Amino acid sequence: MAWTRKDLVSMQDIEAAEIGEVLDTAESMKEIATREIKKVPTLRGKTVVNLFYEASTRTRTSFEIAGKWLSADVINFSASGSSAEKGESFLDTARNIEAMSPDVVVVRHKAAGGPALLARHLRCSVINAGDGAHEHPTQALLDLLTIREKKGHLEGLNVTIVGDIAHSRVARSNIYAMRRMGMTVTVAGPPTLIPPACQELGVKVSHRLEESIAHADVIMMLRLQHERMTGGFIPSLREYSRVWGLGLDRLQHCRPDVLIMHPGPVNRGIEISPEVADSQYSVILDQVTNGVAVRMAVLYLLAGGKAA
Amino acid sequence: MSLLIKGGRVVDPANGLDGVADVLVSDGRIAKVGRGLKAPEGAHVVTATGQVVCPGLIDIHVHLREPGYEYKETIASGTRAAAAGGFTAVACMANTLPVNDNRSVTDYILAKARVEGVVRVYPIGAVTRGLKGKELAEMAELAEAGCVAFSDDGQCVMNAEIYRRAMEYALPFGAPIISHAEDEHLAHRGAMHEGFVSTELGLLGQPAAAEEVMVARDILLAELTGAHVHLAHLSTAGAVRLVREGKARGVRVTAEVTPHHLVLTDDAVREYDPNTKMAPPLRTKRDVEAVLEGLLDGTIDCIATDHAPHALSEKEGEFSECANGVVGLETAVPVLLDRLVRTGVMDLPTLVARLSSGPARLLNLPGGSLAPGAPADITVLDLERAWTVEPSRFRSRARNTPFAGWTGTGAVALTVVGGKVVTA
Repeated sequence: MAWTRKDLVSMQDIEAAEIGEVLDTAESMKEIATREIKKVPTLRGKTVVNLFYEASTRTRTSFEIAGKWLSADVINFSASGSSAEKGESFLDTARNIEAMSPDVVVVRHKAAGGPALLARHLRCSVINAGDGAHEHPTQALLDLLTIREKKGHLEGLNVTIVGDIAHSRVARSNIYAMRRMGMTVTVAGPPTLIPPACQELGVKVSHRLEESIAHADVIMMLRLQHERMTGGFIPSLREYSRVWGLGLDRLQHCRPDVLIMHPGPVNRGIEISPEVADSQYSVILDQVTNGVAVRMAVLYLLAGGKAA
Repeated sequence: MSLLIKGGRVVDPANGLDGVADVLVSDGRIAKVGRGLKAPEGAHVVTATGQVVCPGLIDIHVHLREPGYEYKETIASGTRAAAAGGFTAVACMANTLPVNDNRSVTDYILAKARVEGVVRVYPIGAVTRGLKGKELAEMAELAEAGCVAFSDDGQCVMNAEIYRRAMEYALPFGAPIISHAEDEHLAHRGAMHEGFVSTELGLLGQPAAAEEVMVARDILLAELTGAHVHLAHLSTAGAVRLVREGKARGVRVTAEVTPHHLVLTDDAVREYDPNTKMAPPLRTKRDVEAVLEGLLDGTIDCIATDHAPHALSEKEGEFSECANGVVGLETAVPVLLDRLVRTGVMDLPTLVARLSSGPARLLNLPGGSLAPGAPADITVLDLERAWTVEPSRFRSRARNTPFAGWTGTGAVALTVVGGKVVTA
């Protein structure tokens, strides 16, 4: 099927066939990374603007590499040192960038709904690279690609997402995408970090780590933001790590073929022990590798298809 | 100068009237209501056949923004919006710049309203100096200058001791304290109602309890002090229950609800449209049903718009960063006529009562009645007139409405203030 979307803002309304298309395309893109000359002319003459209002190394770099390997011109715009600091509004900045005729704007913003706002106002394609606690679609796609590679399929798998679900855009995008692909999702964490009415998203909710991961095919550990302590969500990192940290001891009761994932950056020793992060179960670096492939696929499907 | 409004259906809940009659006005007061009235020589005659003639509508919760925020709204533009929306009187909140916490500001507002306003303007004084919740404003002088109530609206007076003292101090003035019930800690800057929709949207929510704990507190303080506490913009099922219980116990508590809390739920936030952002936030279907029930059974005494104009730049952009509030003066009556009366949820006399005699009684205002001798403030409604909400045609300076593009039937035909037609 052909991708007809202008934007990729949310996983909530994406069809399974569309996800399949991205994953298949990404798989074929992976080969490029193995070449000596890592460049194909697919997006030559296209301009991709990375509009990042929030610090990000991994995602921005990943999009930049993806664009460059496809021969697009990639321009990085970060809010610090730009007109955003001089008080220009988000929409004004975006309109100014559009006046320079980019083909794709990749946006990260601390405010949920920021990318949706841009998508409504801009004629070019908009990719959500993470908006507040809302969504991070390409993260979910790269997670699915990684799981499909390792397990051979997606349907019927049990996934447990552990940690700060309330503030996690990764959790939301994954919940929508995984449910769409026929997977069973459990979220686990202390009640203060589970958002209200979470079950209505179609997930199971657990407040006990061991119980929640016992039958999991995939365990996804989320980063715990340090500021959660001052917000009264948890008493201390020490207690969080003791109750919710994933160490080798806890893995003993899990399936022997369980995959451990983490969207990064990892707080070693807090939500995940170094031994687990570096264990044979961990696919954390595969996720990063697949991130480039998935972003190449998304850029290609949004910007490449139209010109053809 | 006389005015005769002929042949309309007169709906005057304060006097138990609902039937076809003529209304004669002379010297700015209602002279007579009855059938077959003759027009005195030189009288202006308005034919209202097929239309509804009711007491001038009163909105006891608006932000006119002047002085200080004239880029959002002025007394001139805000009162024109009121007239266009069928309101003959408005009570304006104190969160201007400077704050209406001393009589010079009240004097200024009243002077401006006399010269530039087209409907009656009743200022509401601040409870605390600068709305800071720390020291009492000079309420005696504010009352003397013409303030009809006291409120720190926009802010919640978090210190219960100060609030208790304010209620006691205001007792001799016979003017209620109006509460913006929102526990600032529980609300923790939440941009919308906390529930399933906020979870989906990834927006910080504020729970219904953030409103309810303060409603409960203020009812207890009203009970303690004997003061009349009026709760602004009630929005949750729990708050309605608390007010109902308070009233049953004989506490002097009253309440209002906004049109948007009567017809919209947090579902409306799904597009991240900043024109669906206000305090309190849009709630759930269950809450909407509860406030409606409260309005019908009299637990909620009146409808008030919380007309909160903002400049476009303050209402476009990231949802969490945008200002709270929506305009309401020009959409309230059409939206309520179409969505509540036309659908049969509420009968017309009840709606008129909640928009006229109800609010007049709460703030001891003249008006809200067509009895002979009452001020000739009259609103004429055309229940068959079709409308579309077009913000670009608002008399208000602001465009921040959640009802843009809505269509319906039933609108304001004429607004009369002191016997003078202020909109046609």
